[in-house]
Amino acid sequence: MSEQQPAVTQATLVKKAAPKSDYKPADVSPQRRVQRTFAVRLWSIRHSRLLEWFYSRFADVFLLLHPLWKGIGYGRVEAPVKFVEKRVKGFMFDCRMCGQCVLSSTGMSCPMNCPKQLRNGPCGGVRANGNCEVEPDMPCVWVKAWEGSRNMVHGDNILTVQKPVDQSLRETSAWLRVTAQAAAAREAAKNPGASA
Amino acid sequence: MTIRQIDENPAGIHLPLEPLPGHTSRGRLERVLRRGEFAVTTELNPPDSADPEDVYNRAKIFDGWVDAINAVDASGANCHMSSVGICALLTRMGYAPIMQIACRDKNRIAIQGDVLGGAAMGVANMLCLTGDGVQAGDQPGAKPVFDLDSMSLLETIRIMRDNGKFLSGRKLTTPPQVFLGAAVNPFAPPYDFRPIHLGKKIAAGAQFAQTQYCFDVPMFRTFMQKARDLGHTEKLFLLCGVGPLASAKTAKWIRSNVPGIHIPDAVIKRLEGAQDQKKEGKQLCIDIINEVKEIPGVAGIHVMAYRQEEYVAEIVDESGVLKGRQPWKREIRRDDQLVADRLDHLLHDEITETQVDMVKTAH
Repeated sequence: MSEQQPAVTQATLVKKAAPKSDYKPADVSPQRRVQRTFAVRLWSIRHSRLLEWFYSRFADVFLLLHPLWKGIGYGRVEAPVKFVEKRVKGFMFDCRMCGQCVLSSTGMSCPMNCPKQLRNGPCGGVRANGNCEVEPDMPCVWVKAWEGSRNMVHGDNILTVQKPVDQSLRETSAWLRVTAQAAAAREAAKNPGASA
Repeated sequence: MTIRQIDENPAGIHLPLEPLPGHTSRGRLERVLRRGEFAVTTELNPPDSADPEDVYNRAKIFDGWVDAINAVDASGANCHMSSVGICALLTRMGYAPIMQIACRDKNRIAIQGDVLGGAAMGVANMLCLTGDGVQAGDQPGAKPVFDLDSMSLLETIRIMRDNGKFLSGRKLTTPPQVFLGAAVNPFAPPYDFRPIHLGKKIAAGAQFAQTQYCFDVPMFRTFMQKARDLGHTEKLFLLCGVGPLASAKTAKWIRSNVPGIHIPDAVIKRLEGAQDQKKEGKQLCIDIINEVKEIPGVAGIHVMAYRQEEYVAEIVDESGVLKGRQPWKREIRRDDQLVADRLDHLLHDEITETQVDMVKTAH
């Protein structure tokens, strides 16, 4: 029953048994390969307070422009706005364009960078040095999220239970969605009888 | 003469118990915890076989020592018999399984289906886990699903149970009656977020929680202090995870290879200094149990003795956590015993009766 545990993990054995070839890709997960460093991402988390302030101004401007978006048509502005959003957020946060941004509830640390894509907190496998279980060289997204949220005014948003990701919204603009929703909420507040 | 056990359906051991007010499930574990008894749970090492006897034999060694058995869902991302399958077998035999659901392998459609299937088979307890990454297991090339996370999984099942609806809003004709569990790891960073994270799990629907292996009692005590201050222990039954270490070598291996298990140097030193390391590992586990059972807010223990399952009974016995109470045990019912006594000879007697003989004796 109680034999010694093997000194190597099962995964190592499997990897060793794989056919050998000259080409050996970097020993990280496919997800990790698409990005090189975390420097900018970590900067964003360190400056979460500033970004929170900036984003709230930015969201206000976007909401002010609601008549413009509506005039042109949300469907038509989607492509250019998404183009900009993907690049800006991709550079700042390593955004994965899930289309339902929760950065302001996660200390400006994008939860989609977690290999398990956890949106509600860390898993139990965080290493003692605060790095990820799956990517030993990457700081845990949620350890950073907790640090970032402590600097923010509305940092306690980290306590809200997030709904599962709606995969059908992938690769859509979160900025436009939030703006349209805020505009609708504003309309509803102005004339409460209209929707009823 | 056997006395009918309290936590058993008189119509059959495989049937759910009578519903009690204030209980969300019809299982034994919730009853034990709500009565305020110190609960003991353990983990069944899932077989790599299609033989039901393997499951029954592995469950038998826990008879009369534990209140519920965890049916693990491909722990460590290694392939084994599925937790749904193990639960199906265990509920048939009257055991109280805790069905573990990991988010790694199934999307929300499959998970909600399994919840209904499990509840229909009589599974009263479900433990919602995120699951280890696929890189840790024997099939690192598998696709990691992680459609839900442990938190949204808890919420999904809570919505199914309390609102009688799928996540989509479609109605269920009979909602699953389950006692919901979560896993906690107080021994991994970010340490100050962990108690708050537990609060989030309670908000999502957790009613009991099992912790990762506890080898560092002072650290656990700090965690419990914070959890009590936040009022979590009044809303949730917390079971502390414990287990024997086979040797100092194993302890070192676990420390460097299994993510999320924290083993202090003092523990390894104590094992290294012992004559019989295995015995010392068991004694260490008993000592830890004796310390944690005194911590206010600890409602029970979860004994994980991977590949040392035969020690579970001894550990529970020697630590005296049950205080003389005997958890449910599979026993032969009196009427079955009567039939067995009267007709047992049929199995052993070597009489072959012919039709003609039978007619003759009848006249």
